[in-house]
Formats: sequence, structure tokens, C-alpha cells
Amino acid sequence: MTARWVRLVLGGLFGAVIIAGLYFPILKQRVKQTAKIQPQSEEQARRELTQSLTANPTEARVTAKLFWGSSAHDGSLAPVNMDLPLSGDPALRAKQVLNTLLAGPADPELRTLPPDAVLLAFYLLPDGTGIADFSEAMASSIPSGIESEQRAVDSITRTLAANVPQIMRLKILIHGQEVETLAGHLDLTGSFAVNPRGAQAAAAPQSDSLSSWSSPGAPPLTLESGSRQTYAATREQPTNSRQP
Amino acid sequence: MLLKVRNRDDIQPRGMARCACFAPFLLSAAILIISVQSSAQAPTANPPASVAPQNASPQTPTTSYSDAQQPRPGLNVVVLDPAHGGTDTGARGTGGIRESEIVLQFALQVRRALEAQGFQVIQTRMANENPSFDERSAMANAQVGAVFVSLHVSSTGVPGTVRVYVNSDLPVSSGGRQASGLIPWDRAQAPFLVLSHKLGDFVQGNLAVRFRGSPGSAQASAIRQLRTTAAPAIAVEISSVSVNDRADLDRMASGVADAIARGVTDFRPSYVVAGVPGGLR
Repeated sequence: MTARWVRLVLGGLFGAVIIAGLYFPILKQRVKQTAKIQPQSEEQARRELTQSLTANPTEARVTAKLFWGSSAHDGSLAPVNMDLPLSGDPALRAKQVLNTLLAGPADPELRTLPPDAVLLAFYLLPDGTGIADFSEAMASSIPSGIESEQRAVDSITRTLAANVPQIMRLKILIHGQEVETLAGHLDLTGSFAVNPRGAQAAAAPQSDSLSSWSSPGAPPLTLESGSRQTYAATREQPTNSRQP
Repeated sequence: MLLKVRNRDDIQPRGMARCACFAPFLLSAAILIISVQSSAQAPTANPPASVAPQNASPQTPTTSYSDAQQPRPGLNVVVLDPAHGGTDTGARGTGGIRESEIVLQFALQVRRALEAQGFQVIQTRMANENPSFDERSAMANAQVGAVFVSLHVSSTGVPGTVRVYVNSDLPVSSGGRQASGLIPWDRAQAPFLVLSHKLGDFVQGNLAVRFRGSPGSAQASAIRQLRTTAAPAIAVEISSVSVNDRADLDRMASGVADAIARGVTDFRPSYVVAGVPGGLR
């Protein structure tokens, strides 16, 4: 009786070993297949989330103008017309066009913004100031240099100017914070002109500081000092307190 | 002058002699006050608001200043800024070329070329260190009759070309100065933008001759370093760290140095004639 049980147990174990031996290669193959799938970065996942939130197929498709690098490779920007479902809400619309701008053109060499950069949030204040909050990759992955940094900001401001007329000026934040420069050169402590005409008309009664906004090609830097802006509290520029 | 006083002392009574003893001190004090006033005029003359009262002085030939053996009121100093440094390497090429190292090498050649033209050159850094933006600006802001030239090497752009940038328009409230007469530090460049453009165009013009494909005139960009600089200020950006061979960049150094030195020299009369930055409007 005991010997029979022993045989049965041993036979069962032997069978289990054979089954495990057969199953092991299948398991190994599955692990390999899973490893082949590119690990998604946190930012890529976030981008997919934000895009799915902002892209609504029921919205009317309009022709949007996006500014990427010129095919002449001379450092200039060229507009590309794209049919996009854009929202009527200016903040949402800005988000949609900026996400498309970040996704990049068909030719990756004409990119103006880092491929792994993500727009975390976009706010539009009642005075026409747009606040774009980008992920850290915007600052860390962009090629360092005056030309490349200026081109990145130009592509953002010109794309916003062409598609969202309500935005008069743009403040760029990196991961929710005001930073001194984009990648060592371009000043991000001020704001950039987007729609100078709108800016002049709306800002004339409240500030004389906007009269110098003129050239859309090279957005002038402006330094706002009004407490009406949410980010003003984070500024550490003592001279602002000496406004007459 | 002292000899004359001693001669008088021999002839005149003691009271008079005492007065005469103080004369050299009084004279030197007067000279000191005059020189302080004249040097003080230069910085205060800079904002556009003071253009009108100073307009008479530009009519005076520049030689008259040197004849009077007073410090030349014109452009004498160039503050040369090799960008980045220390832990901040700036742009980095795939071949291991670092912007912070290249600009320091370029600065040596630019310095020699400027000194050959008679300029006093002050460098914001001499080694692999990284002063802050404000510290670099402060070196220029402490000078009278200075221009600021920041040197950069980009990651992008057509290799072998050089671009000159000036600060984008800065908002100027009440004619560029506060009610107190002070210019806010965070927009110190505002009153100098017109002169900066002029300087930038001179340097870019000289660079365009030497480096084909470079633009003909200076471009505007919101450059942090230039914003707090209270002097005509430009940034010179060389393309690029992406070259395969570092020697390609090294070969550009003498041309860049020569173009900057000539550009600043060409600009020199504009600085003196204006007497006042902003007076060229």
C-alpha cells in the first residue's frame, strides 16, 4: 500500500516535471514578447492622456496653421496647414494646437520642440495672458543655443497667434515653475507677445509697457509686474517693487 | 605748482602763507570734484530722458577731450563674456565639443584683437568657472564707456556661420527710468537698445564679410544675459558644436576676433558722437 502510494506520488511529480518542461519555452517566449514592447515613459503616457482629453472628434474640423522649421533648413519657420478638430474655447484650442505642434511635422528634422516634451497645462487669464506649462523635457532636451531656443519659442508664439486670436501674450512655465532661461540663453522670466494688436488695444489703459510690442517674427520680451497674474507671487525680482 | 607756492611763501606774510599752503589741497579738491562730475555725467547721460541737455556736447570734437588731458568720455572698455563655464557646459556636440571651452579659447583671440585696437578688455571669466548672469552684467555695469560682448557656440545653425543678437525690445516706462532717476536692474538694457543694435549691426556686417551665409544685420532675441546689462550689449553665436572636427571651429577664431574688434572700432565714433546712448534715435 505504502509502496503504491509512493509510486503514485513519484509518477505525479514526474508528470508535473514533464508538463513544466514543456511549458517553460512557451513562458520564455511570452516574456520575450512583452520585453519587445517599448517601455512607455511617464511623459509619453501623460501626452497620450492629455491628447485623448483634448481631442474631441465631434468638434468641427478647421484648417489650423502650425509653424515648424522651414524645409530650407536655414533656421526660419514655415507655416503648415492642417485640418484639425478644434474647440471653440480658446484655452482648449490652444492646448490642442500646441499638442499638435509638439507631436511634430511629418519630417522629424523640421521639429522645433523636443519630441519628449509635453504640455502639462494651459491657462488663459482674463487679460489675454496665456500660460503654457511644459514638462521638464522642454528645457532639458532642447538643443542649447540662442538660435534653437528662440526658434522653439517663435514656433509656439506664431502658432498660437495664427490659431487663437484671444491670446495676447504668453508666459512659459517649466513643470509649474517660472525658470530663468529655457536652456541657458532665452529669458523666460517675462512673457512673449502673441497677438500684438490685441495686446496693444487691451493693455493701453493699464500699462505703457506694451507699446514696444511690434515684431511678431522676434517676439519681444516683456516684464509684467501686475499682481493680477498668478505667477507674479513667485517672482524674485526686487526691482519690481520700485514701480513708480 | 608746489614750487610756485613756495616762492610766494618767501615773499608774503605768514597769514597769506598759511592760505597758500592750503591752496594745493583746495586745487586738488576742485580738480577731484570736476573729474567726479565729468565721470558721473557719462552714466547719467545714458538714459534717453537726459538726451536733450547733453546734446550740446556731441558737437565738441572728440579730440578736445584728449587735449584737456581728461579721461576720454568715449568707448574705452570692452567687457568680454565667454558664456557658461563650470558645471554649465552649454551646448555639447556629439564629438565631445563643449561650448564653455570653445568660447574661452575664442575669448583669448578676441581679447588680443581688441587690445590691438586700443581697448581695455575685461573678461567675465578667465577659467572654467561660472559667474551668475547678474555677476557678469555687474562687471559691465561698473564700467564707464564700456560695451558688452557675450560669446556663444550654438548647437544648431549652418556650420561656419556667425550670428549677432541684441536684446528684444524691453518695456520702457516713463522714458526708461523710474521717478527716482534709477533704471531698474531687471531691464537695465532698455535705454541702450538703440546703441546695442548699432553695435550689433557693425559686428554682424564684419562677420558676414568673413563668414559666408551669416546674416547681414543683427537679430533680436530675449537673451537673459543681455537684459541686465547697462551698456551697449551683443551676443555673438558661432555655429556650431555639431561639427565633426574641432579644428573647423578653431579655424574660425581669428576671423571672429578680427570681425568683433573691427566692429567695435567702427562703432566707437557712434558711441562718442551720441554722447548719450539712445541719442541715435
